[in-house]
Formats: sequence, C-alpha cells, structure tokens
Amino acid sequence: MAKKEMDVRFKKFGTVSFTATTKVNDFIDYLEKGKLAGTICKKCGKKYFPPRADCYNCLDSDMDWFEIDGTGKLITYSTLQYAPVGFEKDLPYTIALVDFGEFKVFGRISKDIPEDEIKVGMELKPKVVQISDGQLSFEFVKP
Amino acid sequence: MDKKIAIIGVGQSAFVRGYPGSIRELAFEAFKEALKDASMSTREIGASVICSAPEYDKQRSPAGVLAEYLGITPKPTFYLESLCSSSSMGVRVAYSLIASGLHDVVAVIGFQKMSEISSAESQERMGRGADIQWESPFGTMMPAYYAMYARAYMEKYGLTPEDLASVRVKAATYGQINEKAVYRKPVTLEMFKDPDNPMSSPVASPLRVGDCCANADGSSCVILANKEKAEALSKKPIWILGVGAASESVNLAGRDLFTGLSVAISAAEQAYKMAGVTPKDIDVAEVHDCFTIAEVMAYENLGFCKPGEAKELIRSKETYKEGTIPVNVDGGLLSKGHPIGATGGSQIRTIVLQLRGEAGPMQVKDPKIGLVHNIGGVGLYGNVTILGR
Repeated sequence: MAKKEMDVRFKKFGTVSFTATTKVNDFIDYLEKGKLAGTICKKCGKKYFPPRADCYNCLDSDMDWFEIDGTGKLITYSTLQYAPVGFEKDLPYTIALVDFGEFKVFGRISKDIPEDEIKVGMELKPKVVQISDGQLSFEFVKP
Repeated sequence: MDKKIAIIGVGQSAFVRGYPGSIRELAFEAFKEALKDASMSTREIGASVICSAPEYDKQRSPAGVLAEYLGITPKPTFYLESLCSSSSMGVRVAYSLIASGLHDVVAVIGFQKMSEISSAESQERMGRGADIQWESPFGTMMPAYYAMYARAYMEKYGLTPEDLASVRVKAATYGQINEKAVYRKPVTLEMFKDPDNPMSSPVASPLRVGDCCANADGSSCVILANKEKAEALSKKPIWILGVGAASESVNLAGRDLFTGLSVAISAAEQAYKMAGVTPKDIDVAEVHDCFTIAEVMAYENLGFCKPGEAKELIRSKETYKEGTIPVNVDGGLLSKGHPIGATGGSQIRTIVLQLRGEAGPMQVKDPKIGLVHNIGGVGLYGNVTILGR
C-alpha cells in the first residue's frame, strides 16, 4: 500500500520554517493568494491569530478562516544587527508586534520604511511577500 | 512564616567560557562544593533533580549520566527544564518532593555547557525557546524579544539608554569582586557612549552588546532538607519561606503587557503571600538580568517600586549594596554569567550566602529575608523564591 502523503505546505513559511506539518496549513494557501488569515471558532466566535486548529475556550475544533484587512497599531519593534543561523543574509531587519484590537500579529516591518520613520503607535497593515525559493511570508507596510 | 523546608548546602562552579571538561565533570564541581558546604555525605541525598536547557550538548537524558558520576544512584533522579529558570523550578519541585513526605533530602543540580556551539548557533537554539511555528521563521532571538520590551517600556516611561547602561555598570561593579564571575572587568557609562567600544555596538535596537548577559558554562547545586534533617545536619539552615511560579503565552501576540513580565508579577504575589511578607521586607534580591531591561522590569514586577519608577531606583543607586534594596550584588547574569540551567541555583546560592553573612566582599549588611527572581524564556516561565534565616 502506498504511504499516505504528508501535507508539508507549512515548510514554505518564513525565511526558515522549523516545522512542516500543522492542521492550519491552509494558512499557506491564503498567503499564496496574497491574503493573511487567522481562524475563528464557529461556536464562540473567538478570533485567533496566529491561526489555531482548536479553540481552547470551548474545546471545539470547528474553525473558519477570516482574512485580516485594515490596519493595526504598532505596539513595539526591534531592529536586529545580529541574526540567528539561517537569517544572516536578511540583516538588518525589524521585527514587530501590531495590535488589531481583537488579536495581535507578530511579523517583520518592511524595509521600505526607514528605521527613523518607525514609531510606536503608527498605523501599519500586513502585506504578503514572496521571499526566495518560493518561501512565503508577510511584512508590515504603511497603509 | 512556615519554617519547614530549608536549604542546607549550596555550591557553584566558576562561570567560564570554554569549560575544559564534560558536563558530568562540570556538575561535579558544584555538587562537591554543596556537599562540603553542608558537611554531609552523599548517602543522605534521597533524590536529585537535574536541570538544564536541552540541545547545548549531545547528551540526551543527562539525569542518569550525572547521577552516576555524582554517586547518587540508585536514588531516583530526573531531568527538568523550564529554559533559564530550570533550576529555580527544580528547587520548587524539590520543595514539593520534601513537603509531600516522599523524601527528606533532595539535591537540585543545574548545569549548562554552552560553549560547544557557536554564539550564532546558541542564539538559534535560544530563539527556538520561543514560538518556532509562528515567530522563529522571522529570524527572532532572545535579545530582540527583550529589545521589544525595552522599546515599549522606554516609550511609556521615559527610561533612557543611559539608565539601561547604568544597570550594566552596577552589575560590573560586583562582577569584578565575584571570583566566580565570567566577566570580571569594569564597565563605564563612557563605554556605551563611545561608538568604537564593543559595549555600545547595537545588537537589537535599543539593546547594545553591553545590555546583554554573558553566555557561560557553569553548574550550581542546592541541597534541600526537611525541618528534622535540616536541624540535625546544618548549623545555618536557610528556610524557604515562599515559592511562586507562573507561565505566559509563548507568542507575544498572545500577551497584553509589554512593559513588564506577567509571570514575575504573578509568581511574586504567590511567593509573598506564602511567606507572609511584603516587598518592603526584602533585604537583598537576585533578579534575572539576562538583559539590562529585564532588571528594570523586575524592580517593578516584584513591587520594589511602582510601575515607571524603576529609573529612580537606578539613578539614586538604591539597588547598590549600600542602598535600600540591594539587587544582584554578585554581578548578576550580566557579569557573573548566564549558564542557563545553572542560573537559578546560582542566584539561590548567592542569597543563601548573604543570609548566612558569608558573601565576603559582596556582603550586604545583616539581611534577614532575601528574594530570587528567575525567568525562563522571554517571560514564558517565572519563578520567585523567598528565603529567610
């Protein structure tokens, strides 16, 4: 009998992905369509980002996807001058946390925004980007 | 205050770069010192808890290997990890093993040999102590996470880069007089202002090299005993008055507080309540200064001052040895060094020596109650331990 093929779509996430299999692999399909998506519990309506396959509120696993649109506020950020193994060629880059109200999103700020223009509280929106070798990610850009 | 479980022996290896031996030999150094400190024989130990963060050395399941080398087989032993707070968590577990009546005497041995891998590899492993699915793919590492807290804190409360540097200057003041510290050199504010000085070199804005602790190889050992054994074996038992522990969302997206660590606030509340003391009762403290900003937040999270007021403690030098609340007068993680799994045990050792009046040149004047604040990951795990004479 043929081995069941594993769904390893998540390998495509980020500069270096550390895991390949997750029940929320459709996240990658959304990225491929240029969309950033989280999950929402069909039962209690709680929105999750990063997306989850399971709701810890009602212990239910019936989830829908929702697309993130609109802007959020920058909570905090840091620009790295050193990088862990595998990320050296990206330097310098800025990681950030952005508040969308019902959820927060962790990611990188686009290099199109000069560091001296980055301010806590500024409005940012996510934009899906193709990195290299087909890897997919997202970054925050000015609205 | 319930005096039912005591620390009767403490030991620590020198914290060094490039320890010239294996992990079992490294662990032996702290173990031997703790047994000599307690003037007791290995036979008294009923169980051991072996603590480190995995993946820095090749050995899997190190508990068995260490127990054999230390001569504590066939007594039960197991491995425990909560990243950088592993050995404080080990002390908490040892406390419960004794409180339950399962064992009379338990040894907590923390170790870490970080120098087998490069600094970049070490950063990658530490970074994987965060969320590898949703954060690590962006190229995260520990200094950058704490830098995000530093940014949020500085924006909200007006803390300056010089305030952060002042924390490092204090650490170095005591690192110089701690013969077990990895970084024994002085650090000045001028170094942070000099663009050619490595201390001022940016790592992850707003943190610079000088804001980051020193990786090190090292080991620590804390021996706990019940009241009966403590009073029989030890002339100077130091009592565990309170223990607190908490956890937090690993992904920053799941958190609400970015100007402090919720785990520290929660663990401190538990420990104060259990000990029946308040922050004002603390005479000497060890806090988890893996980065300068971490010490700043610790002052507030432990209640040594109100939120936003830590900079006043720093500027008035109240956390120096002669101040109202001496903090990290052994050099802290910044200068003493941070061999992850050994750190909590080393902090506890410092407070035990302080309470006994045996801290040598680092001795604070007649402390009666001391506190240890030990954090795992980026505020992922938090342990607070309160000790008294």
